[in-house]
Amino acid sequence: MLILFFISSGLFLGWSLGANDAANIFGTAVGTRMIKFTRAALIASVFVILGAVLQGSGTTNTLSQLGKVDALGGAFTVALCSAVIVAIMTKNKLPVSTGQAIVGSIVAWCYFTAKPVDYGILTVLVSSWIYGPILGAVFAALLYIFMRRFIRTTTIHVIKLDILIRYALILTGAFGAYSLGANNIANVMGVFVHSASIKINFWTYSFDTIQILFLLGGISIAIGIITYSKKVMETVGGDIMTLTPENAIVVVLAQALVLFIFSSSSLSDLLISIGLPPIPLVPVSSTQVVIGSVLGIGLVKGVQEVKFGVLRNIALGWVLTPILSGLLTFFSLFFVQNVFDIGITDGRQMNSSLSHAAATPIIIHFSNDYLYIVILSILALLGLGMMYLYILFVKSKNKYKLNQEKLTKDKEHVEFHRALSELEVNILSDSYSTGNVNENRKSDLRDFTTSINEIQEYLQSLLDDLKEATNEEDVTLIKQKLEKITLNLKEKSDLSGGFSLFLNKIDGIESIFLKKLRNVYTNLTIDEQKLALLLEFGFSDSEIISIFRLNHGEYESYKNDLRIKLNLTEHADIANFLKSI
Amino acid sequence: MLFEKSNQSIALIDRFLNLVDQSVLLFKEGVKNYVFNNAENFKNNLHSLANLEIESDNIRRDIENTLYTQSLMPQLRGDIMRLFEEMDNIIDLSKKNLFQFDVEMPLIPASLNNDFIKLTEISVSAAESVIPAAKSYFNDPASVNEKIHRVYFYEKETDVLADVIRRKIFREMPDLHLSEKFHLRYFTLHIENISDTAEKVADLLSIMAIKRIV
Repeated sequence: MLILFFISSGLFLGWSLGANDAANIFGTAVGTRMIKFTRAALIASVFVILGAVLQGSGTTNTLSQLGKVDALGGAFTVALCSAVIVAIMTKNKLPVSTGQAIVGSIVAWCYFTAKPVDYGILTVLVSSWIYGPILGAVFAALLYIFMRRFIRTTTIHVIKLDILIRYALILTGAFGAYSLGANNIANVMGVFVHSASIKINFWTYSFDTIQILFLLGGISIAIGIITYSKKVMETVGGDIMTLTPENAIVVVLAQALVLFIFSSSSLSDLLISIGLPPIPLVPVSSTQVVIGSVLGIGLVKGVQEVKFGVLRNIALGWVLTPILSGLLTFFSLFFVQNVFDIGITDGRQMNSSLSHAAATPIIIHFSNDYLYIVILSILALLGLGMMYLYILFVKSKNKYKLNQEKLTKDKEHVEFHRALSELEVNILSDSYSTGNVNENRKSDLRDFTTSINEIQEYLQSLLDDLKEATNEEDVTLIKQKLEKITLNLKEKSDLSGGFSLFLNKIDGIESIFLKKLRNVYTNLTIDEQKLALLLEFGFSDSEIISIFRLNHGEYESYKNDLRIKLNLTEHADIANFLKSI
Repeated sequence: MLFEKSNQSIALIDRFLNLVDQSVLLFKEGVKNYVFNNAENFKNNLHSLANLEIESDNIRRDIENTLYTQSLMPQLRGDIMRLFEEMDNIIDLSKKNLFQFDVEMPLIPASLNNDFIKLTEISVSAAESVIPAAKSYFNDPASVNEKIHRVYFYEKETDVLADVIRRKIFREMPDLHLSEKFHLRYFTLHIENISDTAEKVADLLSIMAIKRIV
């Protein structure tokens, strides 16, 4: 299968195209993490192959008319030199056009082999380098104005809008990949059209040379996308102007429209049928169109948004690419012909076995046996594909399950903290009231102890006085001492003084409770305040009656007055209310 | 089916914004209950606010998890999480300030009751005004700037009233101890902080809305 060796340079060119140009389609979407790279690569690969196979013939016809490279050796050299130049420019991070490289190489082949160059086609091709980006700019500007209006006036929730943008990026990316395949397959495989001859008879259906070349070329572009485009995608968008996902939709759609227009023979025929001039079906550089689109958006937003320094480097690349490619091709053709003895054109008879082998047409027949093998292979591939999808599904399900478990743990953690903080709040309020109760109890006990001591002391002094009296012999002195003891007892039994002391003591108590009470209920009398304080301390009704030396009716009247001033109902518990202040 | 997951996120965001609204209302009621010595209601407000604060943290975490695990809005989610963090500060402040009332038990003279209540109401109004602006950011960013001017108005009014109260405390209340005056001063600051935080949220929303429109 020597032919595969010769078309390998085209396949390498296809790989370079895929690696470089996929970034124009999904670069921003992947770079802004709207779409994962694997999904983008898969979509781009499928649609680029479809575009190449279904719609690649229009541009291929045009390019093949520029210079009819009629030997596989020549085609191999032309494609290889273009691929090398594209690879070098890509490595140096210069946006490069595969179309410009291949045009330079074909022209160099024509000069080397003294074959005629179709200058009319060359003019059309070169002019597409200019009006391609201009058209891209015009489309992008119009689409951007529409997109901006939509974003500013829509009332769709931002999250739903985000999802819509993702789907839009996928759809435009698919369209862009299809257009890329349709328009640029000519750059990859166009040079082999006049030199290669392969035919596959697949039972009742036959695939001709062009279809096979397009399929192989499309697959090579897809492999380039999958294997190398990620690195290039990481730098797209920021080079010329910062692109948002919304702007990326505009740019990709503009690019896809331009490439589609310049590769659709149906559209061209439609224009002819209505009396308009046909659209030239020429391979257009997707990179240049993207640059034009970005420029179009930049001009609508404001010229200050565009980095003209980068544009300068790009323009330099446009000039250098065809020249360098042409020069490399010219010298390479010399080596291939004279050193390796491989025919580079059909007009020169070479004696090498390689040339003879390359010139022989290849026809592959698939018999019924092959048919079963092919069907089984397809089924096996489908089975592998489904297994891979199933593994992906299980993985994402497990990931979701792990996330849910993590969320549940987080929630339990939060519930625990909630319970803890509630406990803290309760403890805080309890300890405050417990502390108060403890303090009150302590003070009660202290008072109780003090009063017991006082009583003990008093009784002891009384006992001493009585002992003194019984020891006296003089009756007059005994009478005097007894009168003194009686007076003492009388004084002690009169509690009004004690209670007066007690009430005076209450006046001295400046508790927070009294302050709050006075602030809120400014119309309480002094006695009512004292009554409130005693109730708050927990004195019983009978104790308060004793202290104030009131009768029951008077006490109830005071309490009622207090109740009214506190705005309480008839049966409300005053003590509990006061304790809650 | 297209928007199933996004509907859950939208519901969580709405719930969070409602909780911010409820928290400032609870704070307002809590202050009123404290000033008028409605102890039981005040305690209920404390508990409700504490639970609400925990629920809001929970929801904020859920939103963050959802946005990152489903890779939603990669360009905006940083701003949105920052917005929620600032709004969560409003809830945290409301809870913290109300708990300060419970812990420190400031003695508010009867003549200042109405002033304190009015200060609370105006400060809370600033926070309440920021909620519709935040909601409109998600649906109609062009209208955000129309809605946030009320926040700035209430924030200014809060500052003015707080200043008036502080002057009253220090110049017209000789019966209060200096410690009590300082204590009251700090509580006016606590209440003011809510409107200040609302202003920060408004500033952030203003920039976020411009970024979306441009």
